[in-house]
Amino acid sequence: MTDLLRLDHVTKLFPVGGFFSRRSMKAVDDVNFALSADKPEIFAIVGESGSGKSTLAKMMLGNEVPSSGQLSFDGTDVAAIRGRAAREAFMAKVQPVFQNPFEAFNPLTRLDEYLFATAHRFLGASNRGAREAAADAALQRVGLSLAEVRGRYSHELSGGQLQRIAVARALIPNPKLIVADEPVSMVDASLRMSIVNLFRDLRDELKVSIIYITHDLATAYYISDRVIIMQKGKVIESGDARTVLEHPTQPYSIALKGAVLPPDPAAASAIIRGRQVVA
Amino acid sequence: MHEVLSKAKKTAVAPKNVLTVEGLKAYYINEHFGVRREVRAVDDISLTVQRNEVYGIAGESSSGKSSLIKTLAGAIRPPMRVIEGSVKFDFGGQSIDVYGEPEQLKPARWRHLSYIMQGSMNVLNPVRRVKHSFHDFAYRHMGLGGAAFWSKVRQHLERLGLDPDVLEAFPHQLSGGMRQRITIALATVCEPEFIIADEPTTALDVLVQQDVLGLIKDVQARMQASIIFVTHDMSVHAAITDRLAIMYAGRLAEEGATQALFDNPQHPYTAHLIGSLPRIGDVRVRKSLPGKPPALSDPPSGCRFHPRCPLAIERCSREVPLMQPSATGGRVACFRAGEVVAA
Repeated sequence: MTDLLRLDHVTKLFPVGGFFSRRSMKAVDDVNFALSADKPEIFAIVGESGSGKSTLAKMMLGNEVPSSGQLSFDGTDVAAIRGRAAREAFMAKVQPVFQNPFEAFNPLTRLDEYLFATAHRFLGASNRGAREAAADAALQRVGLSLAEVRGRYSHELSGGQLQRIAVARALIPNPKLIVADEPVSMVDASLRMSIVNLFRDLRDELKVSIIYITHDLATAYYISDRVIIMQKGKVIESGDARTVLEHPTQPYSIALKGAVLPPDPAAASAIIRGRQVVA
Repeated sequence: MHEVLSKAKKTAVAPKNVLTVEGLKAYYINEHFGVRREVRAVDDISLTVQRNEVYGIAGESSSGKSSLIKTLAGAIRPPMRVIEGSVKFDFGGQSIDVYGEPEQLKPARWRHLSYIMQGSMNVLNPVRRVKHSFHDFAYRHMGLGGAAFWSKVRQHLERLGLDPDVLEAFPHQLSGGMRQRITIALATVCEPEFIIADEPTTALDVLVQQDVLGLIKDVQARMQASIIFVTHDMSVHAAITDRLAIMYAGRLAEEGATQALFDNPQHPYTAHLIGSLPRIGDVRVRKSLPGKPPALSDPPSGCRFHPRCPLAIERCSREVPLMQPSATGGRVACFRAGEVVAA
């Protein structure tokens, strides 16, 4: 049995400094995990800015190549993919959803064009009818319809709706894995749950695995099956999401969890009052 | 020099309400080729903010919360116009009617009324050292000579737990959290009575957010200042605000003491906002509301929330509910107030 996605000692170095003081910074440092091909799951990667979680996402999408170690998808090394056909076959199976839907969609391009272009490229839908059918089917999956989206531009819709269209676009090639990098951080708190619940439905109904990258521990706890917590490029804690987030063992994980503000005034104000006050 | 400042503020006994807003309506009005288009961003809002109080305003994007605080600060420009109502500040005996006599507000800015803004990079000049930003913003308002001014700024930074050497740094050399702390220092260096904080922690990581919120609370408590704190994040409101107003489509839906509002929301929208928050240790499925916030250029008739409201009745689409005293001591604008079952 091959794993859907497998990371073996994946490390990414970025050079920093000038000509005479060349050093390298480890953005991702020796990360290992695997997603099983048989059991779809939501795998959360949690960490603060600079923890390497977005670099990890870029490597999974094939946009960055690991400096050392191997990242393989369906048994093949992602860094070794050569040629347009192989590249497109890989892209069809691994699709991204980005952080800010207002930036992901060009404001001057109609939203349905994105869906049609994706259908054309990955499904070979050559005529208009086939493209519209594919777009409508994907939009139905996320609770929208082509009638609502046709001819619209990104400024006409709310962040939550746009993000659902982004997910619909990612679903068109029938991917096996969706890499969602902070998909809800730019979406209003009241619309967040619609996106998060959507990921859960995709896992259960379409059997798509989802890499959910976030700094929000509460939603990670809410939807994910497994979680890794990253700090400065290293995985410091990993395991079953409920167990890890209810009972973190590492000091950094404990601090992260301690800083999550609960929706309860008495407890939340105690958290911010408890901070170290420097006189 | 410190005593001069505090003495000036202690001369008059502070009145209870620092800010009084009555029936405020501010619309964006566009008239092109005889076609008039109104966007009712702030529609009939009344509220008061007391001394030494953190007053939260919660709402989704496009709920009009940014328009409201701009109007309160007297910082609106055409096409936005105030149609009706008044905004009155009362700073230690000196009262200012923002839209009656706008000239009064100018000398009070930063000295009595300051802001903490969201994009700290937009506040601090990126090509000049931090100290120049302090000079630009605060020097004119403090009435101190050069040496006295800088020693006051350094003293203030130290009290906030910041190293005064940051004055020599350029903004890009500092982390996002550090820059946000500096904007807080900048907004509070004149010890203003009233601070408007617009999403000051939205772009920050959890650990930094905790620290920045704590800093704002510390400064506020030390100066006995009033803060209007705007964010869409209900957990942040839970942490820092004393009273909280929920805004929906340009109107207030509910207002009350934060604890009471979280314990016993009266408006269905408030109940949804609070009920949909995930929390660690609770695996129940959270529902989200159908639909999206209405366009303010063409709001629904009657109660603006009725198309998305699970409790809507026929009356809601005809009549506009007014703010009424609620069972929990706050105010609520809903015909079915109190019938909410906590989600």
